[in-house]
Parts: sequence; structure tokens; C-alpha cells
Amino acid sequence: MAADHDHHHHDEYRPSEISLRVKAIESLLVEKKLLDPVAVDKLVDAYENKIGPHNGARVVAKAWSDPEYRKRLLGDGTKAILELGYSGIQGEDMVVVENTPEVHNMVVCTLCSCYPWPTLGLPPNWYKAPPYRSRAVIDPRGVLKEFGVELPKTKEVRVWDSNAELRYLVLPERPAGTEGLSEEELAKLVTRDSMIGVGLPKTPN
Amino acid sequence: MNGIHDLGGRHGHGPIDIDPEQPVFRSDSERRTFGMFILAFAGGHFNVDQFRSAIEQMKPAEYLESTYYEHWLHALETLCVENGTLTKKELDDRFEALSKGTH
Repeated sequence: MAADHDHHHHDEYRPSEISLRVKAIESLLVEKKLLDPVAVDKLVDAYENKIGPHNGARVVAKAWSDPEYRKRLLGDGTKAILELGYSGIQGEDMVVVENTPEVHNMVVCTLCSCYPWPTLGLPPNWYKAPPYRSRAVIDPRGVLKEFGVELPKTKEVRVWDSNAELRYLVLPERPAGTEGLSEEELAKLVTRDSMIGVGLPKTPN
Repeated sequence: MNGIHDLGGRHGHGPIDIDPEQPVFRSDSERRTFGMFILAFAGGHFNVDQFRSAIEQMKPAEYLESTYYEHWLHALETLCVENGTLTKKELDDRFEALSKGTH
């Protein structure tokens, strides 16, 4: 954890109290046969190790390589993303917003942490914390600068506030010099942050 | 409800803690809370509106001082009590017993 050690955003703040509260509720639910602890393990493993931004990267790489797919993706994000097998909880209604030379898109959830799980996995901690949520909508260029992104003043910045029903994915601009690359090679250039809109894709070496 | 959770446009929350090495879960408490919560949600024990409502019942100071998964834990406890799955007393007694090492 870097900058904000003074803030109480860490578990070490009240470690024993929280972990005991978690144990209390889990043990009661298990005793009442309302919860299978193995199912908890499996779910945690899926979101810790399997579902992540590599899914979204495949979607973006395909959109970069296949103009017909790109059209379908921008027309009906949920359906086009399902073509690659990604769907389900927190991705039921997807809108894909495309970056262009004129427009840069970025995504926030000012109320909480709405985020497209099937394509990006669980959100990073900063996405769920007050500094990003409060400032993305009033000072997007300042926020982008903190992420190391400086856009030309002439470029319009659009900020999309997610909600419980609707989730956004940014389709970044395809980097220059990638003409000969395969979808697989392109996917490696697509970062999580570029699909939230707080970063840009990597460029080929 | 226009409460403390509605953070859009507020000032004074400081710099963004951009740490690319941050893990998805920072502790076992976060892992268990996430798993229990999603299973209860997927099992239809409560819906997203009830979840929001439970979070919005948190005291403003508590909301800002606690971590993200503590909000979820708060919501899970609140909803289990509200729908009669558990009582507040059961939760308190178990917490007590666990802290004294008697469970």
C-alpha cells in the first residue's frame, strides 16, 4: 500500500474484530446448513485465479482485428461478449464505449463499485475507494494524470458512471505499429486500466 | 438516498492509491466475506436493492472509516437478521464466544 497509510482503508485497522465477525456469521450459516464452505472456496478461487482482465483483453483484441465483431460489440455489448463465452453475474447488461482520436472514455462507479466482472474480474482497490469515486466525475483529467495519462486538451473526455444494472467496458484505440499482429499478440497489449479508461494499451516493442 | 456513499463530486478524499501489486483479496476475511455474500446473493436470499439499502444504513463515519468488504459484511449481517435467517443475539453470542476462545 503506497500513499495513504493514514487512512483506515486496511484490514489491519481492526483485524481481530473483523475476522471474528466473519467467523461468527460463517460458522452460524454453516451450522444451519445454509452455506457450504467448499462453495465459498471455489468461488474465491475463480475470482482470484481465473476470471480477470485477460477475458476483456480477448474481446478488445477481437474488436481490433475483426470490423464486423467491432460493430456487433458496439451495437450490443452483452451479446457480442457472450460470443466469446463471457457472461453472468455483474455482466448482465454491458455497454462498450469506443475511444477514438477525438474522444477518450473512462468508467467509474461513484456510489460503490459496479464493474464488469466477466470481462475484467473484480475491481482493483482504488476503484472501490473514495478518492477515485469522488474525483473521477469532477476532475477526470487530474485523475488521468495521477495514472500517468496526459491527453491533448482538444480531446474530449467522457466519464461513465456505472450502476447496478449497467456496466461499461472501454474499447481502447488500437496502438500504432500493430498492423501485423495476431489477436493473441494484440490481447497482450490490452491492460486492465486501458479497459477502465485510466490507462492506454501497451505499444509493441 | 443522498447519503455519504454518494461520493461523486466530493472533495478532500486525497490521492488515489494506485498500487498495481494490490491483490484481489487482502486477507482471508475478505475472501470469506466475498464468497458468502455472492452465494447468498446468487441463492436469491436478497437482491441488489436490499444490498444497497443495507449499505446506506451504515453511519456516515463508519462507512468512510471501514474497508470495502466490511461494507459487504455489514450488509450480510444486516440482511441475515432482517430476513430472519439469524438473530442479532446469535451473531453477538458467537462473536463473544469466539473472542473468548470458548467456541
